[in-house]
Amino acid sequence: MSTMYQVLRGPEHFLPPAAASMGIRLPDPGQAHIHGKIVNEDEAMEVAARQFLSAKVPTIFPGPLVLWAWNEKAAGKATAIRHLYETIKECVTPSQQAMLIPMPDYRPKYPKINPEIEINPNHPNLTIWHNKIDTCMFVGVHCHQANLSLKIIRGGTYCYTIAMCAQAGHEDAMVSFRDATADKIRKLADWVKKLKGSVEPPKDD
Amino acid sequence: MATQSLIGTKNRAGQVVTDAWKLLHEAERTPCFYTGSEVIKEAVRRSNCDVMIAYPITPQSEAAALIGELFAEGFIGDYFRGESEFAVMSQCAGAAFGGARVFTTTAGPGTMRAMENFPMWAGARLPIQMIVTCRGINSPLSIQPDTLEISYLLNTGMLVWHAETAQDFYDWILKGYMVSEEPDVHLPLALCCDGFFVTHTKDVVNLTPADMCLPPYDPYRSPVPCMDMECPPVRMMRDPFVMKSNYISYATHASWQQEVWAAIERSRKHTIRWLDGLIEVDKPDAEIQIVSSGTAVSQGREAQVLLEEDGIDVGIVKIKALRPWPEDEIREATKHAKHIIVPEFNVTGWLAKEIRATIPNPERVYAGPHVCGGMTMPPEVIAADLKKHLGLKAESLAGRGS
Repeated sequence: MSTMYQVLRGPEHFLPPAAASMGIRLPDPGQAHIHGKIVNEDEAMEVAARQFLSAKVPTIFPGPLVLWAWNEKAAGKATAIRHLYETIKECVTPSQQAMLIPMPDYRPKYPKINPEIEINPNHPNLTIWHNKIDTCMFVGVHCHQANLSLKIIRGGTYCYTIAMCAQAGHEDAMVSFRDATADKIRKLADWVKKLKGSVEPPKDD
Repeated sequence: MATQSLIGTKNRAGQVVTDAWKLLHEAERTPCFYTGSEVIKEAVRRSNCDVMIAYPITPQSEAAALIGELFAEGFIGDYFRGESEFAVMSQCAGAAFGGARVFTTTAGPGTMRAMENFPMWAGARLPIQMIVTCRGINSPLSIQPDTLEISYLLNTGMLVWHAETAQDFYDWILKGYMVSEEPDVHLPLALCCDGFFVTHTKDVVNLTPADMCLPPYDPYRSPVPCMDMECPPVRMMRDPFVMKSNYISYATHASWQQEVWAAIERSRKHTIRWLDGLIEVDKPDAEIQIVSSGTAVSQGREAQVLLEEDGIDVGIVKIKALRPWPEDEIREATKHAKHIIVPEFNVTGWLAKEIRATIPNPERVYAGPHVCGGMTMPPEVIAADLKKHLGLKAESLAGRGS
């Protein structure tokens, strides 16, 4: 199915469609996608790094697959994610606020989530609105929950979404990588460092 | 755990774990003369299945009982009977939630009785494989083939494939796990055939070696956590967050449903790779196309021969996958067709309705002939209906004598 649909910043719709149903296809190994267009991975690395550097509140949402050291790979990815976060923090201006907010589990939070300390896949917009997050990256979130969240975010917020997926990637993110490893996350940190100073920081409202 | 690392090792039954592509495309095949039910057993023998749960609906297919023999021989991790089809499908969910590769069979009224479970399986992203040996579903009972039950499965969120022959059935059981267990798909598969015609008749089927099997299911690649009472989807069964009356809860549930259908879309590229396309086309340039699925395809091929003897050129479109629906492929295959004939083994003509909703100029579709309740569909009937549709003279096959 050919498509004119693009995966862009929201707020898109009362109930936006799943991007896969609009003809957006997942990248093959070695590829990524930007707004639904298949590109090589380096191109997406640069776009993701620029998004982090140009955002007011660039944020990483690590999920349970990397928050718990259930195997060596998970522990390695967690260390790489911390490195990426520290790199973003070092590379942005004082007016920008890098954040690292976990998605520790997928339980609906009642009576109310504390959006300062966590994000939930069933109502991710609450954490994004509360912290005024304008760029975020999902990593270590189970694919079904990540797609759910990414679509809800696109529907109701202005947030730019990046997915660093360990499996096949996410059509519902604006930029998606696949087959994520600790090395790939560190490579993104290298891109952020490389582009430091070359990206215009966000203007004050 | 990486399944790739297990290639070359042996499973519980001493079979060599083999790369699935090599097993199905490169391994030596041995021709065997088996009933369809026996073919199901042989496919399951090679599928490295963890759990099989049976409601032995023996009149329609002996597969459930035959797979019990596989358990006794050590090829299946666990095997038991449920009290009813509903119980079986619920127990299948439990096993799949726990991270097992699960297989089951059903047919006709049993499918209908268990129906509540199928959207639940899909919503929970459980890659269970269910063989549906289709039979009549209404009273008075019939164990003869009738494909009406497939139409009920089409909107459950399951993958739905419709096998024509026992060879299809053998290969697709093994290929089915490869598609449905992909992390971007991870959905249950209803692998259907026309019961009795396929299950009770013998055919030559080329089998892969019995000492080789599929790689095991790797639940760590699942897009949802394995059994976890604190997380949706299990949690929503005891704490139905989606029943809270607010926009967020509704939006979550809506997005959840969309994600299931997105996963069906994602299955498209895997299905095309493993089944060598969602459809198979013979003579795409013919102005008359017989478009069908299951054993109606076989009858269509016979009708094609009869019609060619009369100088009428006819093409055949065999639909292999119903979900994902081969929309683009059917449009392309029928773009030259002036007449599209859709023979079906059911009373409602659901396949013709799907095709009409897919192609431009749907008045080209002739929905028929239809038979149901176990009636056969002689190719002469397809040929006669087609001729009548074209305004040609055709003999009536309804009666004898003058």
